[in-house]
Amino acid sequence: MTPVLHTQGLGKRYGQRWALTDCTLSVPAGHAVGLVGPNGAGKTTLLNLAVGMLAPTSGTIEVLGGRPGGGRAQLARVGFVAQDTPTYAALSVADHLRLGARMNPGWDAALARGRIERLGLDPRQRAGKLSGGQRAQLALTLAVAKRPELLILDEPIASLDPLARREFLESLAEFISGRQVSVVLSSHLVSDLERICDYLIVIVASRVYLAGEVGDLLAAHRKLTSSQSTLEDLVLAAMGQAADTIGEPRR
Amino acid sequence: MMWLTWRQSRAQTIAAAAALAGLAIVLAVTGSSVAHLYDASGIAGCHPFASCRTLVDGFTSKLTSTDGFLYGIGIAVLLLAPALIGVFWGAPLVTREIEARTLPLAWNQTVTRTRWMAVKLGLVGLAATATAGLLTFMLTWWSSPIDTALSMGTTSRINLTRLGPVLFDSRDITPVGYAAFAFALGVTAGVLIRSTVPAMAATLAGFAAVQVAWPIWIRQHLIAPVHTVVALNPASVFQIKSNNDNMIISAMPNFEQRGAWVLSSQIVDRSGHAAHVMTNPVCLGNNFAACQAWIGRLHLRQIVSYEPASRFWDFQWAETAIFVALAVALAAFCTWWIRRRVA
Repeated sequence: MTPVLHTQGLGKRYGQRWALTDCTLSVPAGHAVGLVGPNGAGKTTLLNLAVGMLAPTSGTIEVLGGRPGGGRAQLARVGFVAQDTPTYAALSVADHLRLGARMNPGWDAALARGRIERLGLDPRQRAGKLSGGQRAQLALTLAVAKRPELLILDEPIASLDPLARREFLESLAEFISGRQVSVVLSSHLVSDLERICDYLIVIVASRVYLAGEVGDLLAAHRKLTSSQSTLEDLVLAAMGQAADTIGEPRR
Repeated sequence: MMWLTWRQSRAQTIAAAAALAGLAIVLAVTGSSVAHLYDASGIAGCHPFASCRTLVDGFTSKLTSTDGFLYGIGIAVLLLAPALIGVFWGAPLVTREIEARTLPLAWNQTVTRTRWMAVKLGLVGLAATATAGLLTFMLTWWSSPIDTALSMGTTSRINLTRLGPVLFDSRDITPVGYAAFAFALGVTAGVLIRSTVPAMAATLAGFAAVQVAWPIWIRQHLIAPVHTVVALNPASVFQIKSNNDNMIISAMPNFEQRGAWVLSSQIVDRSGHAAHVMTNPVCLGNNFAACQAWIGRLHLRQIVSYEPASRFWDFQWAETAIFVALAVALAAFCTWWIRRRVA
């Protein structure tokens, strides 16, 4: 099966600073992938490369076997919720659903309407007046109702309170369950990812440090440490080792 | 995509349409009375040219102060409209989405970036140029009696000819070309600068520079001017300066070319060389008439280069085509840039 995300020596430079270097990955389809790393490690850069918002400085990237953002067919297959879950502040919730319906041939109107109803959002409410959690849910609704094969979420819950965060993750889990959809979700909080993700990528200081299925990674880690080790322990250990190997932050 | 563009620009389009409708009512009411006054003045059939001035003065004296105000405002509106369109419609078109961080949302629907940009440029650009088109259509109609009267020449030296920089820029079809260009310039500034207020400032500065520089340095090269040699009429001398032993004479060109756009006139002697006139003490005194009589005996001539009034529409079409072409080129550049350089 075509990997959802396939990169080879991928790098992105802003001026003098490399935000991502030598990233080689192949993520198989059908997983909920957690992308973890400290702030500024390159998570957002990698995800923006994956949706074609950025062009790579070096290396190659393929998403679902295609060029990110390359044409309508590719755009239809990938759903994206960007950092801070942007919406059009002046447009109402209903306007956003109309926007989704008009701009996506595969739009699932029943799914979108059902989600908005369950969330208890007022369709006439302007997006600018929604709470952070509601706005994130609206952005997620737009991304899922286009029925993508791959859903990419860039720290969608970073700025939410714990309750809104849990509700968001629950509604995301509900969407994933029973559907043939792959998800890549980034966060700097492992606890957020633990409940959803079965695949993990750890990025530290613009490099991919660890990538693999959570089960395998945990088993390997527990052999070295204790049998009670959690995902959190694993990620912290990886980040610690990465910091040791890499040393001072790279310029 | 069309729906989203319409939804995003709905408020400003409706506001522009309402303003145009209000203006249309004011102009329809006042414009018909101006047209009646003109028809009654007899200017239309007057002959010879020299006798028309009395009729023109009679016509202009009957205009109300509101008419005069509207005439001036109409010119100002048409000179400013393209710049305002560029600043308020062009510049924010993309920067607003950059600043509100909505580009990732817009660019991840099933619509390519090229189409996104093309539809935005096309629809909003169409609304902008249509606004300028309606403005110039209404104001040109309203002003045409006054324009025609003033082009006959009034007793004042302020000579508004249709080919002159002020009226040419604010009549008939050129405002449409300028508006299209200013809009595309605004979008380009926004795409390159990525921030609304600086992009607005750059658009205003850029368009103002073009608007000022164009009639001074560029327009006369679109169609080569006509040169003609005429006898200097001493009565048209309006200024004499003495520079050491030489006199510098300034005179209105002495030729009956109604509404011509005079680019330059040079005073020459009978052999066609630049005139060197030794200072005559008569001209240093207060008796200007005696000085003029003395100048008349020198048999000086003027080389006048000008664009005849008959070229008005040639210039209108040429200039509109140039600015529309520039607008299309800028729009194509924006689309290419958006595709290549990304958020």
